[in-house]
Amino acid sequence: MTDNIADGATHRATDAKTVSEGRTSFRRLFAQFGTFAIFVLLVLLASTQSDVFLSERNIMNVLRQMSGIGIMAIGMLFVVLTRGIDLSVGSIAALGAVASALLIQQYPLLVAIGMVVALGAMCGAISGFLVAFLRLPAFVITLAMMTAARGFALILSNGQPIMPGADGAPLSAFGTSFTLGFPNPALLMFALFAVAFLVLNFSRFGRVVKAIGSNEEAVRLSGISVSWHVMAVYVISGALASIAGILVTARSGVGSAQVGVAAELDVIAAVVIGGASLMGGRGGVINTFIGVMILGVIGNIMNLAGVPGYHQQVYLGVIIVAAVVMQHGTSFLRR
Amino acid sequence: MALVELENITKSFSGIHALSSVNFALEAGEVHALVGENGAGKSTLMRVLGGEMRPDQGTVSINDEPVRLTGPIDAIRRGISIIHQEMALAPDLSVAENIFLGELPARIGWGDLRRKARALINRLGFDIPPGALVSELSVAHQQVVEIAKALSRDARVIVFDEPTAVLSMGDAQRLLEIIRNLRSQGVGIVYISHRLDEIFDISDRISVLKDGRNVDLVRPDDTTVDGLIGMMVGRPLSQLFGEKPDTEIGDVVLKVNGLDLPNGVAGVSLELRKGEVVGLGGLVGSGRTEVARAIFGADPIKAGAIELHGKPYRPRSPKDAVRHGINLVPEDRKGQGIVLDMAIGKNMTMANTSDVTAFGFFNARRERKIVDGLIQSLRVKLDHPSDPVSSLSGGNQQKIVLAKWFHSNGDIVILDEPTRGVDVGAKTEIYSLIHRMAAEGKAVLIISSEHAELFGLCDRVLVMGEGRLRGELLPDRYSEENLLTLSIAGRSQEEQEAAA
Repeated sequence: MTDNIADGATHRATDAKTVSEGRTSFRRLFAQFGTFAIFVLLVLLASTQSDVFLSERNIMNVLRQMSGIGIMAIGMLFVVLTRGIDLSVGSIAALGAVASALLIQQYPLLVAIGMVVALGAMCGAISGFLVAFLRLPAFVITLAMMTAARGFALILSNGQPIMPGADGAPLSAFGTSFTLGFPNPALLMFALFAVAFLVLNFSRFGRVVKAIGSNEEAVRLSGISVSWHVMAVYVISGALASIAGILVTARSGVGSAQVGVAAELDVIAAVVIGGASLMGGRGGVINTFIGVMILGVIGNIMNLAGVPGYHQQVYLGVIIVAAVVMQHGTSFLRR
Repeated sequence: MALVELENITKSFSGIHALSSVNFALEAGEVHALVGENGAGKSTLMRVLGGEMRPDQGTVSINDEPVRLTGPIDAIRRGISIIHQEMALAPDLSVAENIFLGELPARIGWGDLRRKARALINRLGFDIPPGALVSELSVAHQQVVEIAKALSRDARVIVFDEPTAVLSMGDAQRLLEIIRNLRSQGVGIVYISHRLDEIFDISDRISVLKDGRNVDLVRPDDTTVDGLIGMMVGRPLSQLFGEKPDTEIGDVVLKVNGLDLPNGVAGVSLELRKGEVVGLGGLVGSGRTEVARAIFGADPIKAGAIELHGKPYRPRSPKDAVRHGINLVPEDRKGQGIVLDMAIGKNMTMANTSDVTAFGFFNARRERKIVDGLIQSLRVKLDHPSDPVSSLSGGNQQKIVLAKWFHSNGDIVILDEPTRGVDVGAKTEIYSLIHRMAAEGKAVLIISSEHAELFGLCDRVLVMGEGRLRGELLPDRYSEENLLTLSIAGRSQEEQEAAA
């Protein structure tokens, strides 16, 4: 009798396993390549609409335009993986833009950049501490940081664009020139994505960050400090946002507190289009990169097709929803 | 005429009978108690009555008329209300809103609603302001609101599932008063409790369930507490537990002295020795899990001293505890033990990455080797270690949690309900793993609601009741009767006999 029950149970477990695996592999396939498929479709569509689209110059343009959003999206991905959100990236970028234009006038280039990145990291550390250790909601805390950091940038710049003049020349030289045919900001973005890929997939830190988003309590009860890891992702996000700000100053030669207004929305959109779940635990670096590119290509096509700016915003909204439905739609239907 | 009658109810889950041809009848104006061990089928039977679960066979009749309950709402409409152990109130709504939740009119007349709510609460002999928020009320008052909610729906049958488990003595007495009051108003009451003194105090009839079957139906005057416990227990120990290896029990490794916790656990002292398997028994809610979590640093400690290998130890976090060699297999496997979406192998190495990482990065080959070793050693049945843990059966998922701690290799292992929801085959394997841990010289503390499991595995069993350590059972005194009496009454069976 006992044996029968045991046997039955084992068989059922095996059956359940095959079923769920079939489903998992299908989902996995879609999660992995769904974003890429959307990207390919968009590129094909765009190339039929415009001859300019596939020109080297246009491609490089898109890459350079998206480098700031892309760098911020890396930080956002880490935050979102822990089930958090960082609304302050656009403002921290503005702070970075202003601070770099100011500091570069007094310090050597690398020292100034180091100080600006540290400033961004500190903003992230403040949000991160409040979220991770005091358990305050990330949405509210980073909303507060969004206001405060922008205000700080306005104070520093006195509301005026900062022109570093001759002191800014080396930074501008970096921001506007090309290496191996690629714009430098885009190369920096590639490099940061590569590092993020290694960290997220092969490091202990990356694995813990992903696990926290799936089951924070299990991570804590495995003897891992959840709080330090959560705080760290906000530090990373803040530091990367300030780098994005430095790039704007580098490209334009001016440090303005108006940089990156509403950029956090583009950044979140890119991460979500890349298939990351705002419920945490799910998302990848490569897909986030493709998400950033999709966002860039959509804007680019509409510009090339001469769609007026206000209309573009409406279409963008629709396209984001469509992309996310394609990503998650099948699993919604299943439930 | 029976108010409700359950006839020949059979219900099985994945081939195992939770209920086999169970009969249960309730008259108007009667308190009918339902007793049995954990897993005897009480809750399942009540879920059938409450429309939450449809029986495989058997009929449910209300007022002698067979009905098919389509769901909880249907049952409520037919006058059956269940007051669950975990209350189903909305904490941020007022008392009145909670009472009438689900039948609030489109246009709410607040004055009218509050008057009605007050009337219902008064009918129960209480005076709770209807405008107060539920979250501001004591647990006892929250229960009153639950009962008022049932009355507002004209409940003629009210099921109380362990209502006094969360109440103080005084509040429990008042609750019993309410129940007597309801009975005199003609309400039929099903009363489930582990506190047998209450059962004798209040019930008109007592149904005893064991392993999903009716054992007996008695009147309280015709039996005694001992007689009732005798009916509830007495399952022979099977060969399930395997041979206990001959391990030498060594020095004390963990010593807890006068542990007080903010959640009601008080004055708990215990010792664990090297190579020893110690059980922590008692009813659900007696504070066993709380003690385990406090030793593991998962919850704060109010007072008391812990010594680890003779040195003072005050765990600040689970991280701290793991560093000191204390491991915990938590009771809620899916919520606390594993990361379901993460790969099996990654879950296994999560608690100890020191030998699979260098400079913070994983060495894939080394990790794979260790994971393969653990899979073999624990006989986990899986397709590939990169599959998510969610693809495994419950028993194999539990083995992943055990594997995680095997790899972490602490010298004190606490297992909280290690075989809950695990099939028989995996159970036996988990038991042999526990033996192995002891043989390797670890000190093992097992919490289990399956008392037979404690007796089959442990060198001695500590018994808790209401947040206190009530006593210790050695193998020569292992019996469920002894354990239950110790937990409930604070005295063992023999002590009671000696006193009598």
